[in-house]
Amino acid sequence: MSWLDKIIPSISRTETKRSNKVPEGLWEKCVKCDAVLYKPEMEKTLDVCPKCDHHMRVGARARLNMFLDPQNRQELATEVEPIDRLKFKDVKKYKDRLTAAQKETGEKDALVAMRGELKGMPIVAVAFEFAFHGGSMGYVVGERFTRAATIALKENIPFVCFSATGGARMQEALISLMQMAKTSAVIERLKMQGTPYISVMTDPVYGGVSASLALLGDLNICEPGSRAGFAGPSIIEQTIRQKLPKGFQRAEFLLEHGAIDMIIHRRDMRDKLASLLAKFTRKAAV
Amino acid sequence: MNLNYLDFEQPIAELEGKIEELQLVGNSSDVNLADEIARLREKSTKLTENIYSKLTAWDIVKVARHPLRPYTSDYISRVFTDFDELHGDRHFGDDRAIIGGVARLDGKPVMVIGEEKGRTVHEKVMRNFGMPRPEGYRKALRLMEMAERFKLPVLTLIDTPGAYPGIDSEERGISESIAQNLAVMSRLRTPIICTVIGEGSSGGALAIGVGDHLNMLQYSTYFVISPEGCANIIWKTVTKAPEAAQAMGVTSKVLQDLGIVDETIPEPLGGAHRNLDEMASKLQERLVSQVDRLSKEPIDALLERRYQRLMSYGN
Repeated sequence: MSWLDKIIPSISRTETKRSNKVPEGLWEKCVKCDAVLYKPEMEKTLDVCPKCDHHMRVGARARLNMFLDPQNRQELATEVEPIDRLKFKDVKKYKDRLTAAQKETGEKDALVAMRGELKGMPIVAVAFEFAFHGGSMGYVVGERFTRAATIALKENIPFVCFSATGGARMQEALISLMQMAKTSAVIERLKMQGTPYISVMTDPVYGGVSASLALLGDLNICEPGSRAGFAGPSIIEQTIRQKLPKGFQRAEFLLEHGAIDMIIHRRDMRDKLASLLAKFTRKAAV
Repeated sequence: MNLNYLDFEQPIAELEGKIEELQLVGNSSDVNLADEIARLREKSTKLTENIYSKLTAWDIVKVARHPLRPYTSDYISRVFTDFDELHGDRHFGDDRAIIGGVARLDGKPVMVIGEEKGRTVHEKVMRNFGMPRPEGYRKALRLMEMAERFKLPVLTLIDTPGAYPGIDSEERGISESIAQNLAVMSRLRTPIICTVIGEGSSGGALAIGVGDHLNMLQYSTYFVISPEGCANIIWKTVTKAPEAAQAMGVTSKVLQDLGIVDETIPEPLGGAHRNLDEMASKLQERLVSQVDRLSKEPIDALLERRYQRLMSYGN
């Protein structure tokens, strides 16, 4: 190999690296109004479109990051990892789907649980990762939720859940269904003890999660425009052979029909929940 | 094709057809065909045994949905005595997809709640094909809380294609009504015994399915999403429903191995509909023994065991 050959690959490598540094990916489009948005700016607005106020989806970690105080955080139930009990296989093996989702999101499964503080108030919070298998609930989501809630129960500190999910995870079949019963049971213990549980539904919340932990909050809350329901719109349309009314299953629809207590804008989420929880725990105003 | 028989049962249908013909001939002539009929009967039984020993998950889905499959009302009239139906959720209406009321089981008062698909066309429409709306689950909840007050064991019979996916259902909070039942059943201070008698489809089944003991009739099914729904999402076609049924493990055998189902109640040869009385008496015998056992347990111990069992799902 000549000295030139030795140099050329390194040159080309450098060039590739350089091209990655080009500020591509600094811009994104609002999925609703198509406005071109500058990403660093979006961090300040908490991923809410400054043009049309559309609340973009945020990942579980980003969600907890924007919600909890920066100090005294501790992630919970990380030891709970997915198991493919049914050896489920369709066109792909469930095991391989899990590995792919883990690689893509950097998460072990679709729920992140943390103990932390909200304006100094000790609290346990969990958030769904929609990018992991559509935020679907199988064993890990149910178990992590339950372990986190149990800590809130034992320490009698408020519990908050941010959900974003398509529902129960098919690939874990009835084990997924039973997570509905499991999570509902622990929530009922919180309720009997008088430990506040706030369920915040972010777009979207459907199926088995909606029919269990998401609608059992002392307070049920939605972000503006988020959709939540039991059956997805296409299933309902197929069943009744009718077009659905405009705004069906949106936060505003849910408020009107009495399913939720209020709609809270993302930028107000911390302040509002802190103020609500202070009242429920009979603490001084924050 | 004989519609009283499923596709994989057609060889049995043919034999039964022959037996029927011979019986007609035998009745109208002097020829004694008794021996031949007995021989065919034996052959038909053997054939049924053979076919039913090799059922796939999808075959069992079909048996569970068989048009002649016994429904909640068939069992209520045979397993219980002195049944008084109670109606209404006290808020909106009375959902006929769920039947509930007080009755006696072996002389002892109990609360019975079950999903009902309806037999005739008229009845199917009235019962919404066994797909409850929120008021159905709220009626069930009202009756369960009543059972708690009066210390009556709760017996539920599960048989539904799912909670009703409609505009009105969503408007009145179908999700909340299911979730509320799950929460309250987890701590109801009276024994709860749940039995899947046909089709246990997803949240609509679980909404009356949380308790101390879960039975499945041998050829009933229990799933998180219908095999057709699962196939549609994963394979993008309902024709893959048999594969989906297999993959999800919808039968009592798989679910008992997973520790979710406690007991499989054997069905008569060829399924519950071939001998309803035998099935009902078997179910009655099991329920009587289960109520006896659970009623003896101190209620706090029973509730703690129920809770720990819920917590263990998937471990």
